[in-house]
Amino acid sequence: MIRITHATKVYPRTGTAVDDVSLHIGKGEFVFFTGPSGAGKTTLLKMVYMEERPTSGEVKVSGTSSITARDRDVAQLRRRLGIVFQDFRLLENRTAEQNIAFALEVTGTPANLVAPKVSRVLTQVGLAGKGTAFPRELSGGEQQRVAIARALVNDPFVLIADEPTGNLDDRATRGIFQLLRDINAGGTAVMMATHNLELIRRQEFRTIEMNRGAVVFDTAENGGAPAARAE
Amino acid sequence: MRSLRDALITFRRSPLLSALSVTTIAFSLFAFGLFGLVTLNIRVALERLEDRVEIRAFIAETASPESMGQAAGDISAYPEVSSARIVTQEQALGRAQKELGDFRDVFEGAVLPASIDVTLKSGFRDPATVKRVAGRIKAFSFVDDIRYGEEWIEKLYRLRNIAGVAGVVLGTAFASVSMIIIGATIRMAVLARAREIAIMRLVGATDAYIRRPFLIEGLTKGIMGGLLALLFTYVARSIIDRYLIETVFFDRKVALLGLVFGAMIGLVGSAVSVGRHLRRI
Ligand SMILES: Nc1ncnc2c1ncn2[C@@H]1O[C@H](COP(=O)(O)OP(=O)(O)OP(=O)(O)O)[C@@H](O)[C@H]1O
Ligand SMILES: [Mg+2]
Repeated sequence: MIRITHATKVYPRTGTAVDDVSLHIGKGEFVFFTGPSGAGKTTLLKMVYMEERPTSGEVKVSGTSSITARDRDVAQLRRRLGIVFQDFRLLENRTAEQNIAFALEVTGTPANLVAPKVSRVLTQVGLAGKGTAFPRELSGGEQQRVAIARALVNDPFVLIADEPTGNLDDRATRGIFQLLRDINAGGTAVMMATHNLELIRRQEFRTIEMNRGAVVFDTAENGGAPAARAE
Repeated sequence: MRSLRDALITFRRSPLLSALSVTTIAFSLFAFGLFGLVTLNIRVALERLEDRVEIRAFIAETASPESMGQAAGDISAYPEVSSARIVTQEQALGRAQKELGDFRDVFEGAVLPASIDVTLKSGFRDPATVKRVAGRIKAFSFVDDIRYGEEWIEKLYRLRNIAGVAGVVLGTAFASVSMIIIGATIRMAVLARAREIAIMRLVGATDAYIRRPFLIEGLTKGIMGGLLALLFTYVARSIIDRYLIETVFFDRKVALLGLVFGAMIGLVGSAVSVGRHLRRI
């Protein structure tokens, strides 16, 4: 489903961010990405949703190759991905519903399908009653739920989450993580970058640890507990 | 529909810059239009005058009627020439007397030279061609003197060319300025919506979709500028028509071309700018 083959990303100004990474992520998998700051987690995820293209090597996501994809192909691919960030990235002047509907409108969803889809995902993330609230009227955890709802509304095959709990307290973190697990249980793959080792330790999910751009540990290959955890 | 609404929103967001872009587009087209009108009207005037442009070759008294006939035949075979007519001494005198009317007595007993009067086909009546043909006629040995065109026709021609060049130069200058202003407006609009655009990209909106409202905005401004220019030009022409000289206006096709040109300025200006700034988001 997602195959990364000898992918290397070199930024002209800062040098090598991802160094010869090869990975395969299957349908419906849940994968943690961890490692120290600057390890290349964000860069690797960006290559998956093709915000960045590898300098060498290939990233292939559901048939779309980083080598051959045109801008139009990337747009089409992203309609089948869900992406969330640490900073939510909601539009302040739109309500929760309108933020979710925005993703449908700008991708040409017929107007009559928008409202039912929005209310379905709002319920799924547990915000059925808060559709008309503006982001500033919601807690951090609730804002992240809106962002996740927006990511889910096009029925993605994978949800890419770059430190989705980075701005949240423990309770909200657990809530968001539970939501991601529920989503994964419904068949959607999840790729989640996080610094939260507590969270990882309590799970049996596949964990990929990166350092200086390279994969230094992958439970899918080694089994057992991740090695270097001294952060 | 949504795009049009977005375009109007940017009008509201930076009304001054928007008005400025529309006005400079209008000025650009007005410059084209005004000097275009001058050119057009001079051309119409020239066309009327040109009907009378002829080359008159005066013939030496010693020339035989046969060689004159021969020469007239040769000359009328030139590709530029529509007719070459022999005017005998008697005919020349009669014409002069008729033109002078009451003063015809002046010519009593006078001898006017015979001539070959040559008219040119339309399309060959510009100063350069007239001069060239006159040069060839002058080569006949029995042609004493040659007269053609008037100096002021040449001046009128020059005026027409100057008006044409001035229109193009001024119009192009204003067109460039308006594109720069449109570019700046679009830049502001793009930056103001950077967040929104980043999210659109993230959820899979195509570049064409993201660009559309900005292009429609440019197009709208261009068309508005074009309409304004048409109004300016029409008013200017009406004033000239009433107080100075009678003039002709563009036909509908040319007016429409002006609108299309305005729309192009707006569209290209915004397309260039939006392409440049979207890449940075
Ligand atoms: N847009 C960019 N331009 C240039 N260099 C970049 C860019 N993004 C990241 N880098 C560099 O690439 C390296 C990896 O960065 P990246 O953001 O992928 O790390 P990370 O693992 O996500 O770190 P963190 O845990 O702090 O989020 C860093 O050294 C960073 O300086
Ligand atoms: Mg990161």
